[in-house]
Amino acid sequence: MNDKDLSVRFYSWLPFMTLLRKEILRFMRVASQTLLTPIITASLYLFVFGATLGERLSVLEGFSYAQFVIPGLILMGVINNSFSNTSSSLFMSRYLGGIVDLLVTPVTPPQFILAYTLAAMLRGSLVGTVVWVISTLFAELPWEAPLLAVLMALLASFLFAQFGLIAAIFAHNFDTLSMYNNFLILPLIYLGGVFYPISILPAPWETLSYLNPLFYLIDGFRHAILGVGDTSYLLAFGVSGSIALFLFCWAAWLIGKGYRLRT
Amino acid sequence: MTKALQIENLSKSFAGVQAVKDISFAIEKGEIFGLLGPNGAGKSTTINMIAGVCRVGTGRIRAFGYDNQRDYRYTRRMLGVVHQEIVIDNFFTIDQALKLHAGYYGVKDDPDWRQLLIERLGLTLHLNKVMLKLSGGLKRRFMIAKALIHRPQLLILDEPTAGVDVELRHGLWDFVREINQQGTTILLTTHYLEEAEQMCDRIAIMHHGELIALERTHELVRRLSNRQLRLWLEDPLRELPVGLESFRPKLKDGGRELLLCLPAGESAGNLLKTICGLGLQIRDIETDQSGLEEVFLQLTGMKEKNGER
Repeated sequence: MNDKDLSVRFYSWLPFMTLLRKEILRFMRVASQTLLTPIITASLYLFVFGATLGERLSVLEGFSYAQFVIPGLILMGVINNSFSNTSSSLFMSRYLGGIVDLLVTPVTPPQFILAYTLAAMLRGSLVGTVVWVISTLFAELPWEAPLLAVLMALLASFLFAQFGLIAAIFAHNFDTLSMYNNFLILPLIYLGGVFYPISILPAPWETLSYLNPLFYLIDGFRHAILGVGDTSYLLAFGVSGSIALFLFCWAAWLIGKGYRLRT
Repeated sequence: MTKALQIENLSKSFAGVQAVKDISFAIEKGEIFGLLGPNGAGKSTTINMIAGVCRVGTGRIRAFGYDNQRDYRYTRRMLGVVHQEIVIDNFFTIDQALKLHAGYYGVKDDPDWRQLLIERLGLTLHLNKVMLKLSGGLKRRFMIAKALIHRPQLLILDEPTAGVDVELRHGLWDFVREINQQGTTILLTTHYLEEAEQMCDRIAIMHHGELIALERTHELVRRLSNRQLRLWLEDPLRELPVGLESFRPKLKDGGRELLLCLPAGESAGNLLKTICGLGLQIRDIETDQSGLEEVFLQLTGMKEKNGER
């Protein structure tokens, strides 16, 4: 079909840019809830583990506990906020019926996923960056491989943005949605080595921790910052990248089919 | 000539219940087309399939010659939809939301057109209010502005005046007529049959998922509605005359007034001949044409009686 058939000129990139803009405006509009709250929570963790316990504990040779725990806290902020952004935005749209406003537009499934994902990654990155800036008050990080650290944070953000989309599609109500966070993400983060290296765990917990996909993200990120990790970069990126790809394909399939979005 | 909308053998089931049963119809460009039916008739399901909110079960929908599934990026640009339920995004003001909606359709914001919609729909004083703070009527008006912001060629209005006061309803219909005169095709559903009768060039009636009537509005009303013949007689009657039983005769005003029902399709001339043949002297005569409401009740009631469900 030719564009001259339509009375108004169409810009194919505009639906995507508009949806991305709307998603960014959405979380900026409630910044006290979407940005300030997670930053305060992370700052409290930093205060507890940085200023109070940080100097007295050491779980990794050559590093203070504050230096050890900060990369995990940064990534925790990235992960939680990326997940929350896509999951709450899409679920609210479904729950309140606003999703039909998008379903009747020419926004394509790839544009839909990309806009939601990029907005979530921006929110995750903003929180992660602020947590890092605040953390400089408590400890200095060596940043051994900064590019790899940024890549790992972006990968974590991407992965959890996809997971948020999937959770929003399957959730029946707000309770189900919060269950994903409380009973899945939170335990996996806490058991994934944010607060301790899994090498100090007794058997069989150390072996079981390798089954936790969050471990590879957290360890890979910390490895890139401190230069020391429980596993190699290749394994960390390989496992995390594979999970991210799987979740992306799943989300794309669900949204492409309009599963639980179109009746 | 390409139709604005062409629906072929459209069906849709939900959990084994067939909501739309093999319906076909077409809407010409520039037409105002009414899709009527009682609650649960399948109107909204049909509209949702056209708009893309609902997946097509079986059959085919084409808008301006393009398949609404294969070429959805084109067809959706040509459609503007006012949903039955109020759908708003509480985060934004009217002005922001209108700009965003133009963008979703790939259309750059046109401040003149946006301003015109805002003014015509009486939203000027509320531009900077967030949606949450708008009254029901304002939300409805905003939804119409939102559906028109990308200048669609076919505007779909699903019960746009539900819960709206009379003054606003008249204003909305005037505006709809105006944009129709400028070339926009209109597909509407409404529970206000009087409005449908006044607005629509053609009307389709759905019942239990089926299309049970589709005609030009005045023809449908003429063909199916009963006319009432009111005769004032020179000499009052004491009792009903024999031979008029099939016209359900009634006497009023002490026998000076005779009321007769003229079934659809019956000629008034033949009835008058019969009356003259009975020797009745007529002083004056009046006919009343019942409206779409009666046609609607007659059609949907008929189906119930026949057990055609």
